[in-house]
Amino acid sequence: MLSKRIIACLDVRNGSVVKGINFEGLRDAGDPASLSRRYNKDGIDEVVILDITATIEKRKALADTIRRVSAEIFLPLCVGGGIKDESHADAAIEAGADKVSLNTAALQQPELLTTLAKRYGSQAVIVAIDAKQERNKFHIYVRSGQQATDRDAVDWAREAADRGAGEILLTSIDRDGTKSGFDCELTSAVSNAVPIPVIASGGAGTFDHFVDVFTEGQADAALAASIFHYNEHAVSDLKHYLTQRGIPVRLSC
Amino acid sequence: MIALIDYGAGNLTSVRKALAYLGAKVTTPETPEMLLSADAVIVPGVGNFEATSALGSDWHRGISATVEKGNPLLGICLGLQWLFQGSDEAPKVSGYGAIKGQCRLIDCAADELSTTKLFKVPHVGWNSLHKTRESWLLHGVTEGDQVYFTHSYAAPVTNDCIGLTHYGIDFASVVERDNLVGVQFHPEKSGSVGLRILKNFIDRTRH
Repeated sequence: MLSKRIIACLDVRNGSVVKGINFEGLRDAGDPASLSRRYNKDGIDEVVILDITATIEKRKALADTIRRVSAEIFLPLCVGGGIKDESHADAAIEAGADKVSLNTAALQQPELLTTLAKRYGSQAVIVAIDAKQERNKFHIYVRSGQQATDRDAVDWAREAADRGAGEILLTSIDRDGTKSGFDCELTSAVSNAVPIPVIASGGAGTFDHFVDVFTEGQADAALAASIFHYNEHAVSDLKHYLTQRGIPVRLSC
Repeated sequence: MIALIDYGAGNLTSVRKALAYLGAKVTTPETPEMLLSADAVIVPGVGNFEATSALGSDWHRGISATVEKGNPLLGICLGLQWLFQGSDEAPKVSGYGAIKGQCRLIDCAADELSTTKLFKVPHVGWNSLHKTRESWLLHGVTEGDQVYFTHSYAAPVTNDCIGLTHYGIDFASVVERDNLVGVQFHPEKSGSVGLRILKNFIDRTRH
């Protein structure tokens, strides 16, 4: 049976992980390669590196980070943040990313999805959607959730899949950082509308939130950052919790 | 020296990194003639079966020559499908044909559960390997171990299938015939289980 995936997100700036890392005994806790190694050992299924600087001069640091992480963990690795054209995607993939995640650029130039899917295959093209619930509609926001658009998340997810995206990374702006649970309504609305996997993001605070998003939310994968930072064994503990509740996950040996 | 064939179907960085991590020497031959000096061949690839048309008859001959010398051949993902006669994804393109059968779109309609939309195509993520018999490629891999897949078309379960996976249907996730092997999943992205499988292939090369 296909497992539900648990994905760790590393928010990286200038080559360091920036969200609160509280692992005891991990000296270089902000180092993405060390952190990835630890997550890998604990049974993470996939890693997303989100570059939150993404300026031209910082892209070299990003490529170096990708190189270091991909030399150590042999898991799917997705890179996002500021990927605006083919050359940015090329650089990330050349450095060792298996997938690139596009957000604003995909909305502005949707044909970029088709170009990248032709070049690398749809499995390498992720569309990141940041959405907010307003009067029973799911509106898309861009520029890191700062700017509203007139686009509907479900419609755009459908179009993105048609144009060649292989997965949707769906973040609830309302829930992001709140630890109040994933937005299951948003997730199931998108998951039911597209034939491709949907990764739910934003709001993970407890293990039950993952149960909810995999059942009620019909997510194929769930992504979190801080919940994994505070407990050294969070990933394996979470997976055992999910297994006990009948949700199929990969238990590493 | 392992020849990793780059025919333009996807990125090879991950495969190269995993092989380097395991200590293998890898080269990317530019012409089929360069296969003469290889001890093993890997045909990777993602995307549409159409892409394998870049492996024309000269490549078929070059690969056959090295297999006939007793060198192992590994097909990964699209590379596994290429070992078969063909795929419905690109009916006009012939596969290598060493393994009988045709690859087809994963047909979840065959599964009663599909009515509840439990199955999406493509099949993306971690799924279990079920070993159908002992083999050198899966030596040390435990029944039920999970590996990472991403594909829409799949190969049929035949006598050459040594590992199968269930996703709506049963399909051949691992095939083996003597020194010719193929995996539908990505061993380079499948953690320690995937590395073990690649190591088994490399060890076979050093015989």
